[in-house]
Amino acid sequence: MPRHALSKITPVIALALLATACGASGATDNTAAAGGAPKPGGTLRLGISSNPDCLDPQQVGTNAALNVGRQLVDSLTDQDPATGKITPWLAEKWEVSPDSTAFTFSLRSGATFADGTPVDAEAVRTNFDAAKKLAAKAPLASSYLAVYKGSTVVDPRTVRVEFSAPSAQFLQASSTMSLGILAPAAYQKTPEQRCQGEGLIGSGPFVFDSFKPNQQIVVSKRKGYAWGSPLWAHQGEAYLDKIEYQVVPEPGVRTGSLASGQLDAITDVQPVDEPQFTAGGFTEPVRPNPGIVFHLTANTTRGVLTDEKVRQAVSKGVNRAEVTDTVLTKNYKAATSILGSKTPLHTDLGKELAYDPDGAKALLDAAGWVPGPDGIRVKDGQRLRAAVLFSAVFNQNQTVLELLQQQLRKIGFDLAIELHTNAETTKLTNAGDYDFLWYNVTRADADILRQMFSTKATNRSKLAPGGELDTVLDQQSATVDEAVRGPAAERAQRIIVEKGYAVPVFELTQVLGVGPKAHGVEFEASSRLRLFDAWVS
Amino acid sequence: MPPVVRRLGHAVVVLWAAFTLSFVILYLLPGDAVLTKLGAAEAGVTSSPAEIAALRAEYGLDDPVLLHYGKRLLAALHGDFGTSVNTGDGATHMVLTALPPTLAVTGLALVLAVLFGGTVAVLGTYTRVRVLSRLLLALPPLGTSLPTFWVGLVLIQVFSFQLGLVPAIGATGFSSLVLPAITLALPNGAIVGQVLAKSLRTQLEQPYIEIVAAKGASRARVHFGHALRNAALPALTLVGVVTGNLLAGSVITETVFSRDGVGRVTTSAVTAQDVPVVQAVIVLAALFFVAVNLLVDLLYPLLDPRLARPREVSRV
Repeated sequence: MPRHALSKITPVIALALLATACGASGATDNTAAAGGAPKPGGTLRLGISSNPDCLDPQQVGTNAALNVGRQLVDSLTDQDPATGKITPWLAEKWEVSPDSTAFTFSLRSGATFADGTPVDAEAVRTNFDAAKKLAAKAPLASSYLAVYKGSTVVDPRTVRVEFSAPSAQFLQASSTMSLGILAPAAYQKTPEQRCQGEGLIGSGPFVFDSFKPNQQIVVSKRKGYAWGSPLWAHQGEAYLDKIEYQVVPEPGVRTGSLASGQLDAITDVQPVDEPQFTAGGFTEPVRPNPGIVFHLTANTTRGVLTDEKVRQAVSKGVNRAEVTDTVLTKNYKAATSILGSKTPLHTDLGKELAYDPDGAKALLDAAGWVPGPDGIRVKDGQRLRAAVLFSAVFNQNQTVLELLQQQLRKIGFDLAIELHTNAETTKLTNAGDYDFLWYNVTRADADILRQMFSTKATNRSKLAPGGELDTVLDQQSATVDEAVRGPAAERAQRIIVEKGYAVPVFELTQVLGVGPKAHGVEFEASSRLRLFDAWVS
Repeated sequence: MPPVVRRLGHAVVVLWAAFTLSFVILYLLPGDAVLTKLGAAEAGVTSSPAEIAALRAEYGLDDPVLLHYGKRLLAALHGDFGTSVNTGDGATHMVLTALPPTLAVTGLALVLAVLFGGTVAVLGTYTRVRVLSRLLLALPPLGTSLPTFWVGLVLIQVFSFQLGLVPAIGATGFSSLVLPAITLALPNGAIVGQVLAKSLRTQLEQPYIEIVAAKGASRARVHFGHALRNAALPALTLVGVVTGNLLAGSVITETVFSRDGVGRVTTSAVTAQDVPVVQAVIVLAALFFVAVNLLVDLLYPLLDPRLARPREVSRV
């Protein structure tokens, strides 16, 4: 029957069509010269992967939203992406009390919000008070202000921020967009209105123009901006007249739009698409996220994971290089500590985290775990098995964990993979109902270790209070002096890794695709976008 | 009871059922919008249980289920579905803003689907060239079996990335409507074509066709004037169904073509368990579906005068 014959031919035609389509997409015009002198003017069309449901940088936690918010607000301080050092921005200088409970900032003069009002001590106080009150509506900001007591206006250009307990992390927090400063007028609107851009008035190099959900966000140059962070490549106004953030959820469409010149730059290039943008005038800026790397947090009160030897064996049985080489790409780094390599005070424990299956087997043998009939070890009738709780916040989570499952099977460990929705994951995490927990946190300060591992904070490994880890985590929190913080943070990383409280695997990495016409698209210290120095040719 | 009143009564029941069912399903799912939101922020949730509880209370999530349901239903009767937990915007406002771009695409898609399906069916049954007839009539099964997602991506590759004829993303101007409308029209037009072709063939075998032909009517007159008119009824019923398909399909086309619309709002609301928005969407979709089917019912008598007589109506 002809119909039958046709149905056989169709897939062939379709495949051929797709093949030609894919084949030619790399061969786009590449005549535009790279670089040259920065030129003011023009619009950057930037493809982002998800809709920033809310635009207020104080309230949001997703990259898509933070990448917009960062351009709209200035912060008291800036953080050097190269060194992690905290540097002046809206504050010219600051003093920290010896116990790091009081921070006194001296504001620079001349900075104004987009509504013309001055950036003064009163505005800063209003912001921190409001951010604290947002509580769970501003998960990042309120965690930075967890022990916030209040702010005092010393004089119009001096503000003192006080905490009820040592809070060394606040200095770095003051550099983030989550504690970016909004005009006091912004707080006459509800948090929900600010989410939609209403009253979202900052002092940043760009001002909010429009927000069409699921479609587009437009921000435009702030005229007369002259208080940029001294870290930036140029001073004065931003180069770009406008930034158009286009929401393009489908990764293939994002890469195709960049390749065909319909976009100037894109975020979240998927591992499979990465090879497209390494030639022909395209560049692929990458930066690992600072903070806690993707890892397995062990619940030390559950099943086989109560045994330190088992946890250590799991860590030795993970082949991190294989993870980055096979299911990810060379742009991703194998973890060398529980902290990412771009986190200040990161300690390189690469040797301790080397792949050592024989060492793992030896540990398990010594602990009395013997291989059972299916290769999984058993001891006293108990199988060497633990489940990992995770959600799909990162696309490759499932494939990475499947690979870990295979790797661990080789040492006789059965890793069960349990995918849950975001809501369930949050719930089970808060209830401590997991063997292993798979997650990462972006934070360019070592204090994130305290938030996740201290028994006085979330205590994700369910440790007993009063251990050495608590002590060193408190030490690093008690001072901004790196001579004291450094050794304490190093000790904390060693304890977490060596005792197997967590099994670090790889560093989440931001991969951008930048077309031949866009330049100066850069990352700030937390691996979010900084577009002040960006320009288009 | 006059049929129109009865129909309106049905419509109210359908809307209430849609509202209630969606509430029950969303309520039974583990977790809620607040937890989802906190979990989605790649932040490491460090909000204290007290803070989380306060936020849940603010959105009324800690009310007893019946009270929660009653409050929602009462507000919904006033057109207020509540505030989206995820965006902070009003759910009704979100859906109404997303509606025009979706209607633009689905409207064009409906026209294209009817044109495509109609042309294929009519030509396929009219032509005397056997190969052409078979080729044309093979198109509908092909159209229904191609995944929409894939068709959309191929169209973008060819017409946007390769030929540069239309933009791949965005919703500005007519040119941005074309590809998503074609993508949506293809499978739905195929359904229309398949049913129309089948009923055309059935009609052409009826005795009255021979009588008309014997009376000297031309072949075109037999085909278009008599067979098509009678064959159009089942196809028209189908248009009602197809309209629903088009709305459902916009979930996919709007994602592939990076357009705002009801489909995108639905996807993110469902993922986020954002109950107010999901319910607003569902009630809107139900309303739309009811309206289209009512319209289709009212069109029947225009095609077949026998259906205008009340007794006949009840038999159909």
